[in-house]
Formats: sequence, structure tokens, C-alpha cells
Amino acid sequence: MGEAAPEFTPITLVTGFLGSGKTTLLQRLLCEPTFSDTAVLINEFGEIGLDHHLLERIDETMVVLQSGCLCCTIRSELSAAIKDLHSQRERGLVPPFRRLVIESTGLADPFPILSTVQTDPVLRHHFCLGSVITTVDAVNGMRQLDAQPESVKQVAVADRLVLTKTDLAAAETVRLLVERLRCINPMAPLWRGADQDIDAGALLAKDAFDGNGAERWLPAHLPPTRPAHVHGDRNRHDDIRAVALSLDQPVDWTMFGIWLTMLLHRHGNEVLRVKGILNVAGAKTPVAVHGVQHLVHPPTHMTAWPDTDRRSRLVFIVKDLAPAAIERSLRAFSMTSTESHSPGRR
Amino acid sequence: MCALCGVLGGSDHWTDAVARPGVFTRNTDAASRRRERMHRVAAANRILRHYGMTLADWQGASFVLSTATGKTEIVDNLSHLWAAAERLLSRPCDPLDEELIARLESGLG
Repeated sequence: MGEAAPEFTPITLVTGFLGSGKTTLLQRLLCEPTFSDTAVLINEFGEIGLDHHLLERIDETMVVLQSGCLCCTIRSELSAAIKDLHSQRERGLVPPFRRLVIESTGLADPFPILSTVQTDPVLRHHFCLGSVITTVDAVNGMRQLDAQPESVKQVAVADRLVLTKTDLAAAETVRLLVERLRCINPMAPLWRGADQDIDAGALLAKDAFDGNGAERWLPAHLPPTRPAHVHGDRNRHDDIRAVALSLDQPVDWTMFGIWLTMLLHRHGNEVLRVKGILNVAGAKTPVAVHGVQHLVHPPTHMTAWPDTDRRSRLVFIVKDLAPAAIERSLRAFSMTSTESHSPGRR
Repeated sequence: MCALCGVLGGSDHWTDAVARPGVFTRNTDAASRRRERMHRVAAANRILRHYGMTLADWQGASFVLSTATGKTEIVDNLSHLWAAAERLLSRPCDPLDEELIARLESGLG
């Protein structure tokens, strides 16, 4: 008692479709001496062994908490595995790790994993979400995106994308795949695993949710909105697009919360990502918001504006939702709050 | 926890988080938190009016959602609000609903 509160241990999720090189990437990262204090939880042992002293295995079971709210989905065995690791660390049974990496199965939906970390009443006091790294196989990636909706979702929720096996794929195949990945998720930085050095520090950095680097993904820098489903192939599952919105007037935080909770309650499955900075009425610096489907991370106050633009700017990655309807709805809600709101209140 | 009402400590929903420094601090500035709750109830009611429902603060810890016919439900935060509203209404509350947006735009919301 009386000691400073322990730091939150960041959890990085490594996801990607079957055979996309998740374990190989992990092997590469964990070889670096600076990452020796990383614990790893792995869903299934593949053919490639990870020679790491902090390696645990988890199995999947899912629990939805009583509230019935989808953002409270907890994967009980994942939760138990992380708590067990934490307990062992506290008792000195395992080396004191400073970060935790979870490698999910290739077929896993990343959302329940993120939800578990943020919702579990014990975990959320000791751990925080780092970032989601998604590996995409350059050779088979296009086919997987065509056939497997899970792989599209894994790309959409990524904070970092790593294109693997680029040395085995034709340059044109890689180019088309990158173009498609950019349509699904224009915000995440992309590494080409085989062609360039991977900066492990940047890959595992915990900056995905705090608004740092906002200039990278702000709407002004995004390609024009268009669906990722560009070839008219009805078998494709990725009618997913990035929608960039901006609001000139400062936002009433309360009304924004009402609007976003309502949108995510009804359309959380279609809103794969929301990320942005808000000019909140009464706040001098912007507030960074970041959500994955039904789950919204605690907003953070950024220390400064990333540029001279003082508008609120939001990027949504949506599936089967009309961008115009989202924009009109947000503006209507914002208008409602300002009309009925006494200007001198804040 | 309050011994009388059995309500556990403050909410940790994201809408209760650090939107503006001071307002949502858990253990200080109670007046600002109270004022913010009142503002939240008023803002939610501007939307709920469209569905014939009202929201009221309950003990500074939860909210009571009521229909015009007197059905009520206690909700913890804004996220749970919409699930409860849909249960009581037996129809979806969709912010992309054309009719709702048109009413808000016309100032009737």
C-alpha cells in the first residue's frame, strides 16, 4: 500500500488469416534483445515453434455479460490466461514482462479479444490495449479477402498492417493487394515484411489510441471515399469503405456520446472502426476518440493540435452503411445540441 | 457502495471519461459532474422525445428510462440506454433513421 499505481501493461494483438505469417513475425520481433521482456499468449501452436520463455497457450470460450451489451463480451479463458500471467509476475514466478502480445487464431474475430481486455473488471486495472497488428499474405491475401469475411475484418480493425511473403509474390499482385488494403483501411501504416526492416519499436508502440501521429490518418490525407469492393464481384465480402467527416463547429461532447452510442448500438457490426480528433466545446486541445465496432476506448486529451486545422475530423471504416446518412445524422444531432444549448454554459 | 441503495461507485463508460478536464474527475469536482449529468439527461431527452420516452437521473449513479405508458427501466450508462429503449419500445432506435434526422433538422427533435 502507498506505492505508486502500477503502470498498465500494454497488450498487442497479432492477428491475420491462417498461414499469413503471424508466428514468423513474432519470432522476428522477439529475437530483438529489447523485446525479451515481452510475454506471449498464443491461441494455437502452429508448425513454427516460438522459442520464448514467456509463452502460454489459451483456448476459446466466450461469455457475454449480463448487461447484454455487445461491448461486454469477454473471452473467459483469455481473461483467465492473462490474469494467471499477471499473478505469476506479481509473485515473481515469471520474469517481469513489460508488454504482452496475444497471437490469435487465423479465424478469430479480433473484437472479443479487445473487448476482454477493456471490459474485464480485473484486467482493465492492470493492462491496456496497445495496438492491433494484422499480417496479410501477399501471395494469398487477395483470395482470402475475397473468400473469408474474417480476413477483411482483421484488416479493417488493424492499427498496423504487415504484408508478408512479398518476396514470393509478383510485383503487380502486391500492388493490387496494397491498393485493396488501403481501400479497406487507409489509416494503418503498412510494412512490407520481406522487403524492409521492421522497426519493432514502431510496430509495438502503444500510440494507437492516444491520437499521436494523427496527421497520418486525418481525413485530409485520406484517399477519396470509395468502396473496397471495386470489381463488381458479388462473392466479395468487403463492401467496406473509409468515410471521412469533418465538423466546423466545436462538438458538444455529451451529444456526440449520445449519437455514437446510438450508432454503435444499432450498427456496431457495420462500423468496424471509428477514429478521429474532436474539437470539444470548452476544451483547448482536441480529444482523440477511437473505437472498434461496439467498443470505444476511453477518449484522451491530446497535448496539442496536429496542424492548424481546428475542425473535428473523424474517419469511419464502415460496411454496408451509406456515408451520406452517417454524415447527415451526425450533423443533425450536433445541430440539436447547439440549438438547445445555452451558449454561456461552458 | 452506498449502503442504502446498493449502487457501486462511478461509471467507467467511455462517455463518462475525460472529455473535458475536471468535469469527469471521479473524486473531485462533484458539482461539475452533477451539472454534466443534468446536461446529459437534457440532451438524451431531446432525442428520446422522438420515441415518446424520457430519461431522468437516479441518485447521480444511474438513469431511469420511462415510456409514456409508465414502463420504466434503470440503465447504467448511455450505451445501455439504447438497448433498454429498444426493449421498452419493441422497435429499433436508429440514428440513421430518415424520419428522426428530418425531425432533428427541423428543430422538432
